[in-house]
Amino acid sequence: MPRITFTAHLRRWAPSGPVIVPGTTVRLALESVFAEYPALRLYVLDEQRRLRKHVALFVDGTRAALDDAVPQNAEIYVLQALSGG
Amino acid sequence: MALKLLVGTRKGLFMLEDGLGGWAITRHDFVGTPVTSLLHDPRNGMYYAALNHGHFGVKLHRSEPGGAAWEEVSPPAFPEGFGGDAAKAPAVSLIWSLASGGADRPGQIWAGTIPGALFRSDDRGGSWVLVEGLWLQESRARWFGGGYDDPGIHSILIDPRDSDSMVVGISCGGVWLSRDGGASWTLGGQGLVAAYMPPEARFDPAVQDPHRIVACPAAPDRLWTQHHNGVFRSEDGGANWSQVVGLPLSDFGFAVAVHPARPDTAWFVPAESDEKRIPLDGQFVVTRTRDGGYSFETLRRGLPLPPAYDLVYRHALEVAPDGKTLAMGSSTGSLWTSADGGEAWQLANAHLPPIACVTFAT
Repeated sequence: MPRITFTAHLRRWAPSGPVIVPGTTVRLALESVFAEYPALRLYVLDEQRRLRKHVALFVDGTRAALDDAVPQNAEIYVLQALSGG
Repeated sequence: MALKLLVGTRKGLFMLEDGLGGWAITRHDFVGTPVTSLLHDPRNGMYYAALNHGHFGVKLHRSEPGGAAWEEVSPPAFPEGFGGDAAKAPAVSLIWSLASGGADRPGQIWAGTIPGALFRSDDRGGSWVLVEGLWLQESRARWFGGGYDDPGIHSILIDPRDSDSMVVGISCGGVWLSRDGGASWTLGGQGLVAAYMPPEARFDPAVQDPHRIVACPAAPDRLWTQHHNGVFRSEDGGANWSQVVGLPLSDFGFAVAVHPARPDTAWFVPAESDEKRIPLDGQFVVTRTRDGGYSFETLRRGLPLPPAYDLVYRHALEVAPDGKTLAMGSSTGSLWTSADGGEAWQLANAHLPPIACVTFAT
C-alpha cells in the first residue's frame, strides 16, 4: 500500500506524519485519508474534486496527477507548490 | 457593550478595542492567512471571517459573540459538476462580501464571491446554496473581471423593510436587483457610465464597474456608489443613477460609506485615476458630502502629510451605527479611526499587514 505524507502547512487538518493507506491511484489513496480526516478534503481538492491549482503531488519523486496509478509501496507527497498563495 | 473594530489583513484578523490610549490591538486570529471579508451580524452578535489560504482555498469561520471562539464551517461552494462539464465547473476563488439577512430571517446570511456568484445560507453559514437565478443571467457572458481574473460580487444590500428585496453590486457586471429573495433579477444601473468601453457600450448596465455600493439603513432606497468612472447616487433603490460632479481631488476610488441615518452624508477616499491608483500628488485625504453630493469637504486633520501612498480598498472604510465613529485601513497597512465623523483622524497603527476590510462589532 502507498505511504502518503502531507506538507507541514496542512498539519492542522492532516495526519501528523506519514500514513500507509489503501489506494491504487493518488485520488483513491487521498480518499482513504479523507475518510479519517474529512476537513482535509477541501484544503487539497476544490469543490469540483479537482486538485487545487497550487497543490503539488509527487509519486516516488516525480510530479503526478490525481488520477495517476500508484505502484505498490509508493511514496506519495502532498506539498505546497511555490506558485501562487 | 463596548465597540470593537475588526480588521481583515493579508496576515490575519486583528481585533481592536477603544481605550484610554485609543484603539489598541487585543487579539490576532488566523495569523498569516489573508482575511478577505468580515461580517458582524447585528441580529445575534455572531462574527464571520472569510479566509483565502491561497494554496489551500477559501474557508469560512464563525464565532459566537465576542470573537473568541472561532470554528470552521462550510464555505460557499458550487454544486459538484455544476453546468454539466465537470472539467469546467466553476469553483469559488474568493469570498468577497458577506451580509446579514433580514431581521425576520435570523439564520440567513448571504455571500458574494469571485467568480461572480451569490450564495445563501439559512443556518448561519453551516450550509450554502447557490442563487442560480443570478448565475444563469444571459448577460453574464458580457461580465468581466475588475482587478481579478473573474467578475466578483462585492456588495450585497438587504432591504431592512423587506428581506426578499436586495441589491447586488458586481465588478464588472453592474447593479442587480431582486424583489423575491433572489429567484428573479432585473438589471439596474441606468445612468452609470463606463469610460473603459467602446462608445456604443459605455452605458450598457451589464458591463459597469461599481467598485462598492452602500445604502443608507434609515432610507434604504438612497444608494451611493464609488464607480470606476466616478461617484453616482440613486434615489430609487439602484435602478437609476445620477453622477455626482465636483468632487475635490478626484472622483476615482474604491470605498464609500454612508451615514446610518442621514442619506445625504457619505465619505469617500479619492485616488488618482485608474491608470495610477495612488493618492493624487501623494495627498491622502477623505472627502465628505453632507448635502447629497452638491458640495464636498476635504478632511485631512490627523492624516499623513504628502507624500503618502495609502490606498483604501472597497471594504476598508466603515462608519459605526452611531454615525460618528469611522475606521479606515490602507493597502500599506495603516489604520485610522475618527470619533467625530471624519473631522479629525487618529492613527491606530501604521504597521499592520495590507488591509482588505474593516468592520465594527460589539
